[in-house]
Amino acid sequence: MKIVVCVKQIQNPEIPPAQFRIDEEAKVLIPVSGLSPVLSPFDEQAVEAALRIRDRAGEDSDIEIIILTIASKGARAVIKAALALGADNAVLLSEPTFDGSGGYVTARNLAETIRAIGDVDLILTGRQAADGDAGVVGLGIAEILDIPAITFARDVQITNGVVNVQRVLQDGIETVEADLPALVTISNELGKVRHASMRETMRAAKKPVKEWMPEDIGLDEAQVGSSAMRYNLERLYIPVNDIECEFIGGNTPAEIAATLAQHMREENLI
Amino acid sequence: MTDNNNGVLVVVEVVGSQPIDLGLEMLALARRLTDSMGGTVTAVAFGTGLETTGEILTAYGADQVLINDNPIFANFHAEAWLPDLSNIIAEVAPAIVLIGHLESGTDLAPRLAFRLDVDVATGCESIDIINGRPHMTRSCFGGLAREVVTFNKTPALATIRSKSQEALTPMKERAGEVKHVSSILDVDSIRTRVVNREREKATGVKMESAKIVIGGGLGLGGPEGFKTLNEFADLVDGAVGASRAACDLDWCPRSYQIGLSGRTVAPELYLAVGISGASHHMAGCGNSKTIVSINTDPNAEIFKSSRFGIVGNSQEIMPALVEEIKKLKA
Repeated sequence: MKIVVCVKQIQNPEIPPAQFRIDEEAKVLIPVSGLSPVLSPFDEQAVEAALRIRDRAGEDSDIEIIILTIASKGARAVIKAALALGADNAVLLSEPTFDGSGGYVTARNLAETIRAIGDVDLILTGRQAADGDAGVVGLGIAEILDIPAITFARDVQITNGVVNVQRVLQDGIETVEADLPALVTISNELGKVRHASMRETMRAAKKPVKEWMPEDIGLDEAQVGSSAMRYNLERLYIPVNDIECEFIGGNTPAEIAATLAQHMREENLI
Repeated sequence: MTDNNNGVLVVVEVVGSQPIDLGLEMLALARRLTDSMGGTVTAVAFGTGLETTGEILTAYGADQVLINDNPIFANFHAEAWLPDLSNIIAEVAPAIVLIGHLESGTDLAPRLAFRLDVDVATGCESIDIINGRPHMTRSCFGGLAREVVTFNKTPALATIRSKSQEALTPMKERAGEVKHVSSILDVDSIRTRVVNREREKATGVKMESAKIVIGGGLGLGGPEGFKTLNEFADLVDGAVGASRAACDLDWCPRSYQIGLSGRTVAPELYLAVGISGASHHMAGCGNSKTIVSINTDPNAEIFKSSRFGIVGNSQEIMPALVEEIKKLKA
């Protein structure tokens, strides 16, 4: 059984906001120097979901976990990180030939790659990338491949060719099933991800990473890059915040609370 | 579908026969957009028992309401909604389609975009018509940045964040046409099967409509901290929410989560207790009218968005604050 996990490398989203910079002229992120890119956290959980499926199936299972990413040639570190967690091999579509910007182009590039890999049973993605926050690509892949998609999973199990997913609702949990092949997007409720073991990290260096060109997935260069983009980024900026915080002090918690309550009453907040 | 220009189509979710607030907020946005670019506002409602829904949507700004009343739509299910919705959009030919940025809309809109072979901007806060083209402003980078995008094909799909727009005052006498459409759904085309659904019973004031929301984070020190927050909420008719970190630790129900992958609130007062103010949290409460925060770290991000701040231990301050409110209420 083949599981493809689509991952994206991004700037660490946990940096202090003060370090976050945008080049408004070029409409791009200014990378924080000295900071290594990371797997987008939801995608890391998608890798974890794949590993849990294989763990449940047991050591002798025939489950192959393939990492798929569109990234710069220097993205080997992020691919290796995923391989070190336990994935078997990886396919890289490298930039700038494959321009990842835009959900439409990205979804098509990934969908055609999955078709080219062949006989893929389950596709896992994060619920959204932690930089673009769009949540479009996963569902787009499923639509292009015309397979069922289940979003926002906190648990994914496979039994007899059926994927069983617990989905997170705002006020509860829904259990949804579909026949394979299917696509599932993973939410943060999946929980903690494992750390790479020393053994897997050593092995990761020897795991195959294929670098594919447009012809490998049956597309031409004009179809995979920025020329195929259908959206225009008109502006990218950091919103200004001009609120001045008035700090309230006091000698005891009671005194501080009394002053705060008084202020809140004066401003008709309570 | 390259020359759609018939105004704005709004997909309105309905609970019982009552449209949800976000649906009404989107109608107001649709009215503003059609004022600027022309065309009509079409509201589409799927569900069952929608006898009175049409007139409500008309009163809130729809020129035309299409009601798809069918038991199969009693619960949201993206695959079931898609064929009918694609069909309706093809017939109405709107320039813009608005869908609520909720768990349903975020599940539906990307599928719809690919099915219609158009593009979608998710999590939009505003849309402006510039030179006749919709410019969608959306939050990205976990709420740290905004981007403005335009599309080359129509209709432009957009999911709209709760509380980013204000609903119009309803006018009963507004003229509008209410039409019933029948479903073209072939149930055999549905490939995902819902086998179970468990919903937590909602208690107290609904978070999205509460005038006061109290959010708890790691600074509460444990699940007990939420008891004081609940006590405070009861005193002021407020609702309690939480940061993702607190939910991930199971200090409170998952349904409390406010933020990028949780709920969006914009109350008159947001009291942030032991919340650092990570951007993914602010994405869910940044539109609050006033933020008041309590945090031990004087450099916490949350203070940059706060009107009043207290640097201190919330486990000491909150019980004292509850006592103060009791005095004020007495």
